[in-house]
Amino acid sequence: MKPGILSPYCEKDISACGLTGIISKKGRKIKGEVIIKSISCMDERGNGLGGGFAAYGIYPDYKNHYALHIMYNDKKSIPVTEEYLREAVRIAHQEEIPTRKVKAIVNPPYFMRYFVNPPVEIHEYMAHESEELREDNYIVKTVMHINSEIPGAFVVSSGKNMGAFKGVGFAYQIADFFMLENYEGYIWTAHNRFPTNTPGWWGGAHPFTLLDWSIVHNGEISSYGINKRYLEMFGYKCTLLTDTEVVTYMLDLLIRRHGLPIKLACSALASPFWKDIKRMDEGGKKLMTALRMVYGSALLNGPFAILFAHSKGLVGLSDRVKLRPLVAGEKDDMVYMASEESAITAICPNPDKVYRPDAGEPVIVELEKQN
Amino acid sequence: MQINAAGCHYRTLNQQIKDAVKRGEKSIELLNVNGQRYIGDGISGETKIIINGVPGNDLGAFMSGPTIIVNTFAQDGVANTMNDGKIVIKGHAGDVLGYGMRGGKLFVKGDVGYRVGIHMKEYEDKIPVIITGGRAGDFFGEYMAGGILILLNLNNEKPERAVGSYLATGMHGGVIYIRGDIDKYQLGEGVGIVELKEADNIVLNKLISEFCKDLNIDTKSVFNKPFKKLIPVSKRPYEKLYAY
Amino acid sequence: MLYRTPTYYEFKVERDDTRCIRCQVCVRQCSYSSTFYDAEEDRIFNIDANCVGCHRCDTFCPTDCITIRRVGENFKENANWNAWAIRNLNKQANTGGILLTGMGSDRPHRIYWDHIVVDASQVTNPSIDPLREPMELKTYLGKKPDSIEIENITGARGKGQGASDYKLKTKLAPQLELDIPIMFSAMSYGAINYNVCEALAMAAESMGIYYNTGEGGLHRNLYKYGKNTIVQVASGRFGVHLDYLGVSAGVEIKIGQGAKPGIGGHLPGEKVTEEVSKTRMIPEGSDALSPAPHHDIYSIEDLRQLIYALKEATNYEKPVSVKIAAVHNAAAIASGIVRAGADIVAIDGIRGSTGAAPLMIRDNVGIPAELALAQVDERLRQEGIRNWASVVIAGGIRNSADVVKAIALGADAVYIATPALIAIGCTVCQKCYLGKCAWGIATNDPYLARRQNPEIAAERLSNLLTAWSREIKEMLGGMGLNAIESLRGNRERLRGVGLTDRELKILGLKHAGEGM
Repeated sequence: MKPGILSPYCEKDISACGLTGIISKKGRKIKGEVIIKSISCMDERGNGLGGGFAAYGIYPDYKNHYALHIMYNDKKSIPVTEEYLREAVRIAHQEEIPTRKVKAIVNPPYFMRYFVNPPVEIHEYMAHESEELREDNYIVKTVMHINSEIPGAFVVSSGKNMGAFKGVGFAYQIADFFMLENYEGYIWTAHNRFPTNTPGWWGGAHPFTLLDWSIVHNGEISSYGINKRYLEMFGYKCTLLTDTEVVTYMLDLLIRRHGLPIKLACSALASPFWKDIKRMDEGGKKLMTALRMVYGSALLNGPFAILFAHSKGLVGLSDRVKLRPLVAGEKDDMVYMASEESAITAICPNPDKVYRPDAGEPVIVELEKQN
Repeated sequence: MQINAAGCHYRTLNQQIKDAVKRGEKSIELLNVNGQRYIGDGISGETKIIINGVPGNDLGAFMSGPTIIVNTFAQDGVANTMNDGKIVIKGHAGDVLGYGMRGGKLFVKGDVGYRVGIHMKEYEDKIPVIITGGRAGDFFGEYMAGGILILLNLNNEKPERAVGSYLATGMHGGVIYIRGDIDKYQLGEGVGIVELKEADNIVLNKLISEFCKDLNIDTKSVFNKPFKKLIPVSKRPYEKLYAY
Repeated sequence: MLYRTPTYYEFKVERDDTRCIRCQVCVRQCSYSSTFYDAEEDRIFNIDANCVGCHRCDTFCPTDCITIRRVGENFKENANWNAWAIRNLNKQANTGGILLTGMGSDRPHRIYWDHIVVDASQVTNPSIDPLREPMELKTYLGKKPDSIEIENITGARGKGQGASDYKLKTKLAPQLELDIPIMFSAMSYGAINYNVCEALAMAAESMGIYYNTGEGGLHRNLYKYGKNTIVQVASGRFGVHLDYLGVSAGVEIKIGQGAKPGIGGHLPGEKVTEEVSKTRMIPEGSDALSPAPHHDIYSIEDLRQLIYALKEATNYEKPVSVKIAAVHNAAAIASGIVRAGADIVAIDGIRGSTGAAPLMIRDNVGIPAELALAQVDERLRQEGIRNWASVVIAGGIRNSADVVKAIALGADAVYIATPALIAIGCTVCQKCYLGKCAWGIATNDPYLARRQNPEIAAERLSNLLTAWSREIKEMLGGMGLNAIESLRGNRERLRGVGLTDRELKILGLKHAGEGM
């Protein structure tokens, strides 16, 4: 494994955190300041060793291109990476990701973004894969190649019309560094991190992304060992040793590859208890029993709250016994989800309603119309 | 009723048979059978199944009652752990026939393979019977614990070799009748050759008549040669095997 | 005779005559004729050579006047030629026989469970209070599909977890549902008596688990416990018929057992009593031979044939398990078994127990269950077929911690037998093969069998399982897990102690001291 991708300690990442997210169901643009204000309420939940954001709808000019956010720990890796990219994909546009000097952030990596599409020929040599997945799968492979083969380069995000911004520091410092006040998006998520054993590596911060999916996560999953082995059976390689990575791949497996609806995927990750299944009607009992039998190894056991964003919506989910907090709020077409209610009221002082979703019950918000 | 088994997976075919048995069909004729396993597996009652074509392995396994007629030949594992009923095969059959068979009858007109009648056992009124018209391979009646094995050695190109080696090795129950000669070297451990008594002749007459009738064989051609009777010499062949 | 045949005895029965009240309880309790009362002298004497060290007499002595002492120290000290070796050699010189023994191996094979430690949660994730918060041990054994198919029935706009929004389309294979991931391992009627069989059946029913008939058939009176019964089909096919298969919850093909891999069994005729005869469906007094192989299985494709013959016979309504002894190539064999269509693979390690086995086989053939389990689970995962079948491990599970470690290594459930027998009195004297068990377990002598009352024995078995399930929940809670499936295969929660790199690699474990 190449150095710099894994934490230098090769140890599993353990982090407690604060998280927050906003979505406009009508797809209206929300300014970056809003999410910064929200996450900054929860600095106490981080320790200054990790902060990050995901934003959707920020690249309208290139909305049909995959936006690769690439972090370079070493400027020498830039020509190597770009040479590879020129061969692998069609680059429509590339630019430096604008940053500013922030006092608290010392020796930051260098960031570039590339708006790309797979070469046209992929439809020939990836003909064995389903047509709608070919482009996505090709980009995933390209990202995996850079992350595992090119030293010093790391793809932070790769979805269309979205991007992740993350690094070592408090979330507000990261926002300052990336000048996020200049971005506007219809979904935002943010994360303040409290890592216990992976200090100093920018790639370890949240969100974790896979194409247009981004996950921010709070808590340490006690079932990590079996979740990882289960994913490995389906060809996933969990190299980052983070729970977030496992959550992301699990959602990918359940939703994208096995075709489960989001709600049932969530019921697999935070499954109902047998005593509750027993009280369901016959159909429900059968379904939930099968879900637990088949996806027992996918159950995320232990404390977690996650926000899972994708280009068409935002999902919040907490574990089956609610060991991590999650609050949701609504105002007009806006839905807010956060670890603490204050993070919502900071940006939405008079919500129409605020509620605490039940353990294991997902809050699923979808865009009203395609953005 | 008839079932056309052409191109039919065994699971589908057997389900149709089971459904027919459940409906109370008295006679089921299978056409174009070729290699479908487990025909008659686990069915009970009094149905008669006639098979045209070659049934697959484990024909009549765990069967308890029905009759199966095979108009051609059969493969391995016929009457595996069969409890009751009757299987008549008008040609030859393969290895390990009647393994652990506890009751019913298996008649094979032609030759049979290795390990036929292995570990046959009897219990109360259940006395399994296997009659082979031709010759048999090695380990005929191995571990035999009960029942009756009859080998007729008809139409044998090498009549001096009715049966292979290790004959009835480990036999500790039941009886074997062989038409023709047996050399000492062929005998397995713990088995002895004894003279037939009147009671044996009664049993042989009855069973062989049934066999000949089912398979259209002249009874007289069977009784033109004397039979040898094999029984276990000790019910405890391995008594001295262990240090307690 | 050139010299007196030596029978160096193993135990000396010491009796404090001043405390003995001549009640003769010990005389009545000893089934090995080691104790007798001399009316003339009004004294109780012992024949030490007959004592097997089962402790039945001293347990029942009302005045505690009996002490059983091991002897053998009187031989010249020798690490090589110890009392065990000398006794065995003499036995063979006396009889020319194969040394016979009972129960699991008593040789010092490495017990890997004792070199594995379990994790607990501290701060970064919480431990859970198992007494007051939910803690689920429910386990389903059987083939699971890779994924499930569902259909949307409501438009899925409702709140909640989706139970009323969707309908399951996939038809699942038959399963065994366990309330605790523990089952009673195969013990056949004949090796143990009816009362013990009934106790196991009753305990299995009350605890929501399964017991296993072994290959000795199923007594008709026990058919009522069928839904908690796994029936075995072994090479002898004793008592295997449609009712037997039909009444069961699952069928197990026994290929081998850990105590005697690769060899068959032999129930001597004198143990085939009237009831045993009825159950095994063989004549009273006749030997019951189980050949080493199933003679319809000489290859893996033949196993498939038998698996499907049983599925056909049971209308695909019951899971079929295949039990093998843990041997060198267990992982590849298990893969073959799974691909042959088995719903459950049971693996019995070298420390597995038995009613009778040749000593040399029991102590020298096979591999430890822990290593086989680790390799089987890993192999099935590498091949992407781990969910096609459940894995059950047997052979040397001694307590709830062993269960936890086995499940974390990758087992779906465990089989136990020796702990169950100890729960009802067994003192592991290893003389089961004599059929004279003074505790009334491994005997069909009606006088001795009466010593087991099925209700009382069942209660003790249930107590044992209750205690273990409480302990398992405590350990699960400590790890911050509230469902057993999150422990299954979760080797991150185990660490090895004092193991070589190679052993750790085989077990798929990190060494204690290494973080995650």
